[in-house]
Amino acid sequence: MFGLDKRDTGVLIIVALLALFAPIILNPFPTDSAMAQFNAGYPDLMQKFVIFGIFAIGFNILFGLTGYLSFGHAAFLGIGSYSCVWMFKLLGYNVIPGIFLSILISGLFALLIGFVSLRRSGIYFSILTLAFAQMCFALAYSVLSNPRFNLTNGETGLQVYANDPQWFHRDGLPDLPHLFGLSMRATQKIQVGAWEFQFNAGYYLCALIMLVCFYLAIRIFRSPFGMMLRAVKSNQQRMNYTGLNSRPYTLAAFVISGMYAGLAGGLLSAVDPLAGAERMQWTASGEVVLMTILGGAGTLIGPVLGAGFIKYFENIFSKINDNVLHSWFAFLPDGMEDFMVFIIHPFIGKGWHLTLGILFMLVVIYLPGGLVEGGQRIQGWFRKRGTKTEAKAGKTEPAE
Amino acid sequence: MDKSNLSRRGVLKSGALTSAGLALPTIFTAQSAAAFTNDPTGSTVTLGFNVPQTGPYADEGADELRAYQLAVEHINGGGDGGMMNTFSSKALKGSGILGKEVKYVTGDTQTKSDAARASAKSMIEKDGAVMITGGSSSGVAIAVQGLCQEAGVIFMAGLTHSNDTTGKDKKANGFRHFFNAYMSGAALAPVLKSLYGDNRRAYHLTADYTWGWTQEESIKAATEALGWETVNTVKTPLAATDFSSYIAPVLNSGADVLVLNHYGGNMVNSLTNAVQFGLREKQVNGKNFEIVVPLYSRLMAKGAGENVKGIHGSTNWHWSLQDEGSQAFVRSFGTKYGFPPSQAAHTVYCQTLLYADAVERAGSFNPCAVAEALEGFEFDGLGNGKTLYRADDHQCFKDVLVVRGKENPTSEFDLLEVVEVTPAAQVTYDVDHPMFAGGALGSCNPGA
Repeated sequence: MFGLDKRDTGVLIIVALLALFAPIILNPFPTDSAMAQFNAGYPDLMQKFVIFGIFAIGFNILFGLTGYLSFGHAAFLGIGSYSCVWMFKLLGYNVIPGIFLSILISGLFALLIGFVSLRRSGIYFSILTLAFAQMCFALAYSVLSNPRFNLTNGETGLQVYANDPQWFHRDGLPDLPHLFGLSMRATQKIQVGAWEFQFNAGYYLCALIMLVCFYLAIRIFRSPFGMMLRAVKSNQQRMNYTGLNSRPYTLAAFVISGMYAGLAGGLLSAVDPLAGAERMQWTASGEVVLMTILGGAGTLIGPVLGAGFIKYFENIFSKINDNVLHSWFAFLPDGMEDFMVFIIHPFIGKGWHLTLGILFMLVVIYLPGGLVEGGQRIQGWFRKRGTKTEAKAGKTEPAE
Repeated sequence: MDKSNLSRRGVLKSGALTSAGLALPTIFTAQSAAAFTNDPTGSTVTLGFNVPQTGPYADEGADELRAYQLAVEHINGGGDGGMMNTFSSKALKGSGILGKEVKYVTGDTQTKSDAARASAKSMIEKDGAVMITGGSSSGVAIAVQGLCQEAGVIFMAGLTHSNDTTGKDKKANGFRHFFNAYMSGAALAPVLKSLYGDNRRAYHLTADYTWGWTQEESIKAATEALGWETVNTVKTPLAATDFSSYIAPVLNSGADVLVLNHYGGNMVNSLTNAVQFGLREKQVNGKNFEIVVPLYSRLMAKGAGENVKGIHGSTNWHWSLQDEGSQAFVRSFGTKYGFPPSQAAHTVYCQTLLYADAVERAGSFNPCAVAEALEGFEFDGLGNGKTLYRADDHQCFKDVLVVRGKENPTSEFDLLEVVEVTPAAQVTYDVDHPMFAGGALGSCNPGA
């Protein structure tokens, strides 16, 4: 289907189904149960899953295929966000112009930054991109936000005010980002027994765009262009000696992945019309690297999994407080209860970074291919058990 | 490589799939039946406490969280009742709010607008919080206030001192109990005049975000009205931890007063740097060099240690106040946690009680009804004397304290002494004051 082979079509369909039923899959626990703490099926987090999925897919086109490790991708995310909010301020709350402008502007910035940075490779490339991203952050955070010329509104973040022009805003349209009148915040809650599922318009828009991005990424992975990028990763020097100029390919990959990041930034603004400078900080750039490596660099679905994993920890584990812990261990005798809370306390709430760090270490050490490798191992294990009586297939799985 | 395999069946299938995908969101546009966001239907009601647990204001955040837990305990009828006993409104009976037991969820703002909004959104969307409160930075407070306005829940601002929170960025769903930069300026100016005279040259170091800007503007206006001259104003990044490169130029600028528009960890570091550079022993223009910290708190004084002695500033509330409300609060906070509360703890405790009381008086959790009950509400007994929640901008007007770092502290908590209590009338300003102009309150949004 759509010019994909059978296996890729299968992956695409699985991702589509997961995206479609995410509100149900992510809410496995009844609303009033103690485990409801771990439910992730609420609009904000689901939107984050797919938006950061887009961000990571784009990053993976650069890092996974060419091996160029950019440490400044958050700059494009931020630029996309600011562009989108400016469209809200000037034109009105329809998300379409904002999303297009965010792709365009971040593409331009990527062209500029990529043109300079790609003159070097390896660690020098990483440092150059990091430097550019920090420059963008400093510009957004303070230089471009002084009271005389306020482009980014600094620490508070750029937001829409009632006295902004909004030329195409009319009465009857929602006072929030919308798609031709359909508010991004519109949520249908459906009660099924003890469960409550939330179907949110903004989420489905982002999910649809994510599927398109995912499809494009598959096509790029399987195209001759993708093959060139892989060649860059495996041995750029040898490629250059054969007379091929690899820079246009890497620059194209850089711009494409910058546009993916810009799109993600634009969508972040589209579901929540505020753009803050901390989106561009180097920690945010590091986060997408973590997502990609955690999920499995160079694989199709890995970055999406990694993005979901990290966002889940950030939003779910950081909200568990001592009170919740005490209610979990209430069945234990008092001393034991306090002891258990004392043991777990450093890993939850503000300590979620610690838990994530430990898991990241475990994954990198024992599953160098990321979560995808974990999935493959489990799959292989099941297959082996299923075909115990038969002769060994002798077929080797191609490593991604 | 790229084989196009368009078949009639394929086109039909994919077409049907796409249109189903496109049509999908439209069936979810119907709004739910509730009249407002997160109408609590069970026997409990959930409040969201969104405070910084990491970052430069983490100390204030931790103290705020303690005060919130205390407030919830008191509203639910536990403990000794604290300021509920001294509060002039007697609507709260210690049986929760409208008979519903109060539950709460907490989140970490990380002192970042993005993280704060994400955390607040998850409280609203996942935990069904009907009110969000907290924030220890004006940037965050303004960002979350905007979110609450969009989502249709009440926002009770915590520690936020920028003029913009109830000025340019004011929102109909947002309320602030804490004082603001203008009030600091108005309260400090007469004291500074009597101490240092009316012929001074001031140098400002300012945290580079909304609060710093408005405080610099306010203090500058108030001191220039006294006849002071402003030599220079320098912005410093919020994340800065070493201010020596900013302090060095002060020495050669000809200024004889340094105004530190810094808060929390920033102020602790900049003041320490300033003292290390020997600014306080210096003589400029034949006068002693002085340092002023317009927004003061005990937690900061504790962090800066010896350096705060004799330095003046303003504060919203201090635990050594002798009125009945303050004493009741200090007693129950001290009993539970073993030390006196900070001004951040006090303001969020008050905000929680004020919200609960407003719901009780309105007889509904509907944000519009609650807002109406809070607007123009006059109360007493919460530690600041007679206080008014002004309807026009949702700002509380009350007395402001001018404090000084104590020369001979008797304990590790006894760091500040109250120099003067500036009456509310002296710090009150018009709604359309230029420092607060540019925004509109809008109308209350009940969501859903």
